[in-house]
Amino acid sequence: MSVRQGMLALLAQEPMHAYQLRQQFEARTGGTWPLNMGQVSTTLDRLVRDGLVEPVDGTEPPAYALTDAGRAAMREWWSTPVVRSAPQRDELSIKLALAVTAPDVDVTAIVQAQRTETMRALTDLTRLKADLPAAGPASDDLAWSLVLDNLVFAAEAEVRWLDHVEARVARAATQPIRPAVAADEPTRVTR
Amino acid sequence: MTGRQLGPVLLTARGVTRVHGEGATAVRALDGVDLDIRLGELVAVMGASGSGKSTLLNIVGGLDTPTTGSVTLAGDELSALDARARARLRRRAVGYVFQDFNLIPALTAAENVSLPRELDGIGGRTARAEARAALREVGVDHLADRFPDEMSGGQQQRVAIARALVGPRRLVLADEPTGALDSTTGEDVMRVLRARIDAGAAGLLVTHEPRFAAWADRTVFLRDGVVVDGTGRRLEPWSLQAAGSI
Repeated sequence: MSVRQGMLALLAQEPMHAYQLRQQFEARTGGTWPLNMGQVSTTLDRLVRDGLVEPVDGTEPPAYALTDAGRAAMREWWSTPVVRSAPQRDELSIKLALAVTAPDVDVTAIVQAQRTETMRALTDLTRLKADLPAAGPASDDLAWSLVLDNLVFAAEAEVRWLDHVEARVARAATQPIRPAVAADEPTRVTR
Repeated sequence: MTGRQLGPVLLTARGVTRVHGEGATAVRALDGVDLDIRLGELVAVMGASGSGKSTLLNIVGGLDTPTTGSVTLAGDELSALDARARARLRRRAVGYVFQDFNLIPALTAAENVSLPRELDGIGGRTARAEARAALREVGVDHLADRFPDEMSGGQQQRVAIARALVGPRRLVLADEPTGALDSTTGEDVMRVLRARIDAGAAGLLVTHEPRFAAWADRTVFLRDGVVVDGTGRRLEPWSLQAAGSI
């Protein structure tokens, strides 16, 4: 999550000073992405520079509020999907992509060890979830539990992907290996 | 859920092997499986189709018998009991929760839950009181007089959990209990199952959904009938050997 957009979203609710912003950001996200005061101050300075935020007169420590341009930027953020086109570099994907082509590497063992590790992380996340009240949580709890859900679903997706990798690797092992076609050769269809 | 204390071992499986068929066509559905489940503990079993999950569930519940190895439930080794005694132990100690709820459509929620107790030979009034209490534990006592088709899937599954743990039953065997439920309802059902186990039962949960397996204390992974790994507490066969239990 962008710290800049997150701070704008909080200031859209009410003017806050830097420490309040940090506190609120962490409360809504359950401390998943801790902020230091330096980040908050730098981001506030940039938001002021860009005309999206302005100090409120007569407040000490200074509180900040959205400008009209800040409110417009917020409306645009809410109405625009987060772009997903560029995949982030992922160590596990890279590790397995290299493992399946490396000689003398037991891919099944790598998959199983990772599945156990990810399942352990998923269990820990679920324990945190289980400790939250099930029905009618306070709004901060709801915000935090949704962040937790996101981490839960991501961990689950990883376990499912590992299952899929295992099945694909097992199937590939039972099929004859076809030589790769060199890029400069014409592709031939054999029947 | 945090800081939970586990009670004594309720279920022990040692070297459980199940072979279907003979000779060249023999299939090892399970091969040397060791498992302990303590009171207060929920253990999830995961694995691909054909990995032996259902066979394991059937064997620990006494519905199937291992080719070799032993299963001890509440202090009784199942293979040492005759069929009648085994059925009696199974009925009194084990409850099942299935994907499709399996409530009897012509009976109300309370009647579905009191039926196992009446089959235990308990008087109708006591059985009904126990059923009400069991329904209260899972938060659906207000639906006691409803028939299954008058309840949502999540409500029916709560009734099924109440039925599985009514009276003296302490071991719940759950086979894909969230399989027919949407994500949020599935989570509610896991929360209820977890709470019932925390209150003094034990459970074995078979699921292919990692998100629901994560409600268990630990997960064991089966592949081709063999436990290949597990999260949390690990089985230590060498210490068992030292204790002379293998």
